[in-house]
Amino acid sequence: MHTLFPASAAELREIVAEAVAARRPLEILGGGSKRDYGRPVEAEAAVSTAELRGITLYEPEELVMSALAGTPLTEIEAVLAEHRQQLAFEPPDYGPLLGGEAGRQTIGGVFACNLSGPRRLQAGAARDHILGVRCVTGFAEEMKAGGRVMKNVTGYDLPKLLCGSFGTLAVLTEITFKVLPAAAAEGTLLLCGSDERTLAGLLRRATGTPFEPSGAALLPALAAGRSQVPAVRRAGRPVAAIRVEGPPASTDYRLSRLQGALVQPDIEAHRLDPEQSQRLWREIRDVALLSRGRALWRLSLPPTAGAELIPWYRDLGAEWLLDWAGGLVWLAPPAAYAFRAAELRRALAGRDGHATLVRAPREIRERIEVFEPQPPALQRLGERIKLSFDPLRILNRGRMVAGL
Amino acid sequence: MRLPEPDERILAARTRIVAELRRIVPGEGVIDDPSELAAYECDGLTAYRNRPLAVVLPETREQVAAVLRFCNAEGVKVVPRGAGTSLSGGALPVADGIVLGMSKFNRILEIDVDNRTVTCQPGVTNLAITRAVEHLGFYYAPDPSSQIACTIGGNVAENSGGVHCLKYGLTTNNVLGVELVLPDGEIVRLGGKHLDAGGYDLLGVVTGSEGLLGVVTEVVVRILPKPETARAVLMAFASVEAAGDCVASIIANGIIPAGLEMMDRPAILAAEDFCAAGYPREAEALLICELDGPAAEVEDSIGVVAAIARQHGAFLVRASESEEERLRFWAGRKNAFPAVGRISPDYYCMDGTIPRRRLAEVLARMREMSQTYGLRVANVFHAGDGNLHPLILYDANVPGELEKAEAFGADILRLCVEVGGVLTGEHGVGIEKRDLMPVMFTESELAQQQRLKCAFDPQQILNPGKVFPTLHRCAELGRVHVHRGELRFAHLPRF
Ligand SMILES: Cc1cc2nc3c(=O)[nH]c(=O)nc-3n(C[C@H](O)[C@H](O)[C@H](O)COP(=O)(O)OP(=O)(O)OC[C@H]3O[C@@H](n4cnc5c(N)ncnc54)[C@H](O)[C@@H]3O)c2cc1C
Ligand SMILES: Cc1cc2nc3c(=O)[nH]c(=O)nc-3n(C[C@H](O)[C@H](O)[C@H](O)COP(=O)(O)OP(=O)(O)OC[C@H]3O[C@@H](n4cnc5c(N)ncnc54)[C@H](O)[C@@H]3O)c2cc1C
Repeated sequence: MHTLFPASAAELREIVAEAVAARRPLEILGGGSKRDYGRPVEAEAAVSTAELRGITLYEPEELVMSALAGTPLTEIEAVLAEHRQQLAFEPPDYGPLLGGEAGRQTIGGVFACNLSGPRRLQAGAARDHILGVRCVTGFAEEMKAGGRVMKNVTGYDLPKLLCGSFGTLAVLTEITFKVLPAAAAEGTLLLCGSDERTLAGLLRRATGTPFEPSGAALLPALAAGRSQVPAVRRAGRPVAAIRVEGPPASTDYRLSRLQGALVQPDIEAHRLDPEQSQRLWREIRDVALLSRGRALWRLSLPPTAGAELIPWYRDLGAEWLLDWAGGLVWLAPPAAYAFRAAELRRALAGRDGHATLVRAPREIRERIEVFEPQPPALQRLGERIKLSFDPLRILNRGRMVAGL
Repeated sequence: MRLPEPDERILAARTRIVAELRRIVPGEGVIDDPSELAAYECDGLTAYRNRPLAVVLPETREQVAAVLRFCNAEGVKVVPRGAGTSLSGGALPVADGIVLGMSKFNRILEIDVDNRTVTCQPGVTNLAITRAVEHLGFYYAPDPSSQIACTIGGNVAENSGGVHCLKYGLTTNNVLGVELVLPDGEIVRLGGKHLDAGGYDLLGVVTGSEGLLGVVTEVVVRILPKPETARAVLMAFASVEAAGDCVASIIANGIIPAGLEMMDRPAILAAEDFCAAGYPREAEALLICELDGPAAEVEDSIGVVAAIARQHGAFLVRASESEEERLRFWAGRKNAFPAVGRISPDYYCMDGTIPRRRLAEVLARMREMSQTYGLRVANVFHAGDGNLHPLILYDANVPGELEKAEAFGADILRLCVEVGGVLTGEHGVGIEKRDLMPVMFTESELAQQQRLKCAFDPQQILNPGKVFPTLHRCAELGRVHVHRGELRFAHLPRF
């Protein structure tokens, strides 16, 4: 495929204008680390933001940063770390998960996919941190939306709409987002038990305490056994992990209180030091504990539902783990079930939430609904919204919905 | 303030329209008696009034859907209304349209502690949600000062904030789902008890859409466990600059307080006269910083905040030692509006946001404007997130003062945009700031926002005349005109 690398937003607009005039769809790339996430795009040419690079504004005491869309996330995280700040939504790195390298994604890609890690539970998602954007729409117009201040209700919140739209509404050229102080310390409480649903219940209890867990995940014995963290790997049983972050004294206090509140006779508790804790949550964040060879589904559910379905994950013979206290399920079914999308989604019917096929060979992703099909009224509304930004369906045609 | 010309055809058909609406919502649910309509003529922005065709008070989402279907087919405009506390005229009626009052949607439907959610109808007040869960140790975080009266539906429509949104976010960060009735009567659910959107984040755009995209008939919110302790620190400064620098240092030190509020001298004096909160009258600026969490952590943070305040020359630094004292510190701030209301016949509340470090400059220029216009101004400020509430004092009975206050307000908002901020931080554009939208957005940016409106509401029956200074027909907005060749990049490969 032919890929163009504009060096400015104006050049990018020009490329989109050419594509619109020629009625030729364009694929939008940050560079392509998550190209294999979602439906394959129906386009013969691509435009990459890789050369739109650089942090354009950073005011640590105002908690705000702006960067051109192609800026590598690693660059942003390094600059933030110098000021002991961070992206609180803990963006994951799915590079390796999708068969590529780690550490190469762009900030545009992160927001376009609304990807958030374990801390989403406490700190919100990528969409909760976006403040403003500059972008080029399918009308080949440059526009801005939102702003650089923390509170803004002037006009519709288009930044949120663009966040998670996978490049199907506009190409982001610059993004302004909220940054927050990084915690001075962290620690993790491990609860090893025999019954997964009991452990999942403890995660939910933990999130109902005032001790502010910033991570709550459940690893079945198989996933735990793959961890590089010895205390987790050697558990030999399902492990519930609860993270707290903050000043050191507070972290210790809250871990003790959580342990006191949650430990039961048949449950064994361990603590991870900050370094081990960091390692474990990176594994959870990047879904590194499930077999790389299998197709991978991501279910977003009410926390109770994520736990109720545990017997079903087992019946399927799936590998799985729960994050967000049960609200996020990573499910890797064996080959025989992996692509029976309709069947899988039927099992979730009657519950809030949805299932997305995150990893599968291209020919499969072309054939089945990668994103949860929407009820008819919502689907029609979604179509009208797509066309309101991109009437000729030039941008990332087919990424989210076939033909659109 | 100009509203779209009423449609004579609709005005003429009033009797028939009311009869049809009565068929959908029988009994007391349709109000057309002029004396009863008076109560709905305005919202919290009382300077503007308009009598609607009728007020409809549905009780079920099916009735809402049927009313919208009927109005959409007939071209009758619809203005949704919660408690009518909007400060931007969002719920101001139009003469050729109905007000769709959501007051009968007043039930809490489910408290789900396990998933930490409350599901309720949109007419439930903000405070009622916290009241319903506090015995379980939970609360709903966004706390607008109007929380006793304003509804959660109105909060969703305005994306309302409160003094605790620095740490816990605005409405948009605390709402997980809504049921929305579209203008054509279709009922859709956006989000739910799960966390991430399935397709486009429509919940994200509906929140803060000021009743222009659909009518909210159910809301799912996230509730939070009550912190173990909460304490407030009161700090007084001899200059606004010093207080502003203190705020920046607190945040630069990695502390995100639960609330961080500033008041200037006129606001301090008004509050002190109103409720004797114990604020020093000689202060030029006062900060209230609330810290919450485990007792030991709060104690530590108070130490850090107090030290920073002293470094910046605070002449009074006091940490609350009891819950009563904490509430007393807040009392002055929370009553700032009524307090100002007592020292002036009328006041006009503005709501711009600025980058925090421009505060001193903005306040100085506001003082100059205050002299030019000959109107006093008092400032309360969500200092942590840069959201400024200048209260312009005026007397509506003095001819020309309202117009002067409005012109002053518009100048303040232009100044906010000029220094990198925005027209409104939490009160919404409504009718009030509609004509200032071009200060922030180009014509094509406004056109794109209106295209989104058209995707939801192609007949544009919902809350017309609000937010957008110029209405365009949807078909006209949808046309593609490609501007090519304005910039030629010879090195760009053509394809
Ligand atoms: C030719 C080439 C090949 C590469 N191959 C790899 C590889 O195999 N693996 C790897 O990890 N890295 C690869 N890279 C490295 C690359 O620089 C970064 O990984 C890349 O920028 C990351 O893309 P992303 O993850 O940010 O988003 P992508 O994976 O590019 O995109 C994710 C989704 O977001 C959308 N999107 C991305 N940016 C925007 C935007 N600005 N506006 C709107 N929508 C957007 C996309 O359309 C897509 O739907 C490659 C780079 C180049 C130039
Ligand atoms: C004294 C006072 C203090 C205030 N303090 C704050 C504050 O601290 N922070 C803050 O953010 N705001 C504050 N406000 C403003 C106001 O209270 C908020 O904007 C509030 O959210 C409005 O809620 P409401 O129920 O009164 O809505 P209304 O005023 O009735 O309506 C507001 C808007 O919402 C729309 N709407 C209402 N219900 C629905 C629905 N069910 N579906 C679709 N659209 C709907 C209306 O069409 C209108 O555009 C204050 C107001 C007053 C009077």
